[in-house]
Amino acid sequence: MVMFPLNVSGAEISVEGKRLIGPINLIIKQKCISVVLGANGSGKTTLLEALHGLRKLSKGKLEWSIPNNLAAKEQAFVFQAPIMLRRSVLENLTYPLVVKQIRKSVAVEEAMHWVQKIGLENKIHQQAPLLSGGEMQAVAVARALISKPKMLFLDEPTASLDGLAKKTIEDILFSAANNGTKIVMSTHDLGQVKRLAGDIIYLHKGVVESHSSKDEFLTSPPSKAAQQFLAGDIVI
Amino acid sequence: MNEITQGLAQAFSLVISLDRELITISWRSLYVTLTALLISTLIAVPLAAFLVVNHFRFKRLIIAILNALMGLPPVVVGLIVYILFSRSGPLGVLGLLYTTSVMIVAQAVIITPLIASLSHQAMRERWTDYQNLLISINTSKMQRVKTLIWDSKRALITSCLAGFGRGIGEVGAIMIVGGNIDNATRVLTTAISLETSRGNFALALALGFILISLAMSVSLAIHWFGKTERGGLW
Repeated sequence: MVMFPLNVSGAEISVEGKRLIGPINLIIKQKCISVVLGANGSGKTTLLEALHGLRKLSKGKLEWSIPNNLAAKEQAFVFQAPIMLRRSVLENLTYPLVVKQIRKSVAVEEAMHWVQKIGLENKIHQQAPLLSGGEMQAVAVARALISKPKMLFLDEPTASLDGLAKKTIEDILFSAANNGTKIVMSTHDLGQVKRLAGDIIYLHKGVVESHSSKDEFLTSPPSKAAQQFLAGDIVI
Repeated sequence: MNEITQGLAQAFSLVISLDRELITISWRSLYVTLTALLISTLIAVPLAAFLVVNHFRFKRLIIAILNALMGLPPVVVGLIVYILFSRSGPLGVLGLLYTTSVMIVAQAVIITPLIASLSHQAMRERWTDYQNLLISINTSKMQRVKTLIWDSKRALITSCLAGFGRGIGEVGAIMIVGGNIDNATRVLTTAISLETSRGNFALALALGFILISLAMSVSLAIHWFGKTERGGLW
């Protein structure tokens, strides 16, 4: 079942009459990792949450190539501040499989595979909320990928992580993308953009200013705001 | 002060001598309150979880009513249950008045709103943390309810203990519907009330100390089995 492309047309999200993002027109195809860039408050998180279905559109449409309710089952989301269930690392990892009625022994086997991948073999029985920030984020990424989603959204997954933790997560994302998972992520880290991005969606004040390939965006920024962003200036 | 010392001594002597009547009354107290607690928990906890994960028109009103009912006066509950189960009442045909069954009903009515309200508060906070994740994972409403209950279990134990405390120490409602009948519906609290009115303060105090010890033992046992405050657990 092919769920791509995702067509977003005239999408807007407003809260109490104030427009947070939109109108947004976007086509997201399966190939490559897409990175959402923009200054703080430009609407990156709101856009990702809207694409994932966590926020209802106030206006416009969001259409997958399959019915939206089926597409919802093929997606996962990693939040900027990792949400850990008050359970052990192992139970956090098996949770998405258990809710899909997958046999517990299979779920545990799969979780053990992921625990090794993120290097937490010696912490499987530790309470997940007591892990370090980097470990929690690694668990969150593994938990998102354990059910083999076709679409993975990540909201600044490596913000405030050190180099090693960042590399662990980037390696996992690369490997997932190579295995056919479409990744859309937001970040502020230009180094990460250069390492991971295939195409870049640049947001400014809630509107998509450009959607172009990484090279195109980095060599000829499409707007003054994008130029300032890339130069490391403060974008207002 | 003298009466308190005498009460303590008498309590000690009653326990040591395994007084048959004391054991029967204590057992009946525990039976009534623990059964009421079980029934209330089975109603209140799922109700609270349902209120947390669902949004509907009168949700706030229901929560406000539950909060208000936490302070239900036991005597009024007793009176209403008495009228319902009295011979001329709608449930009179069941013939349950002045039995432990109707005492359980009265206590369940008193403690259900308390447990529901405290459980709702505990699970609402957990829901604030979990909401985005559980929606993102595409869980069903039932799975959300189960997850919330499981992951809030220690806070729910505390809610249940509050309910147990209210039930085991309650006298007004069970006195009305149970009638404090010797060998039938007499429990520790109604016995204390009776002995006080007879002027047997030392015996009343002795029963009081036993009641406190029972309540504390059940509370400690629940904490022990719930593994609260241990290691990295909550």
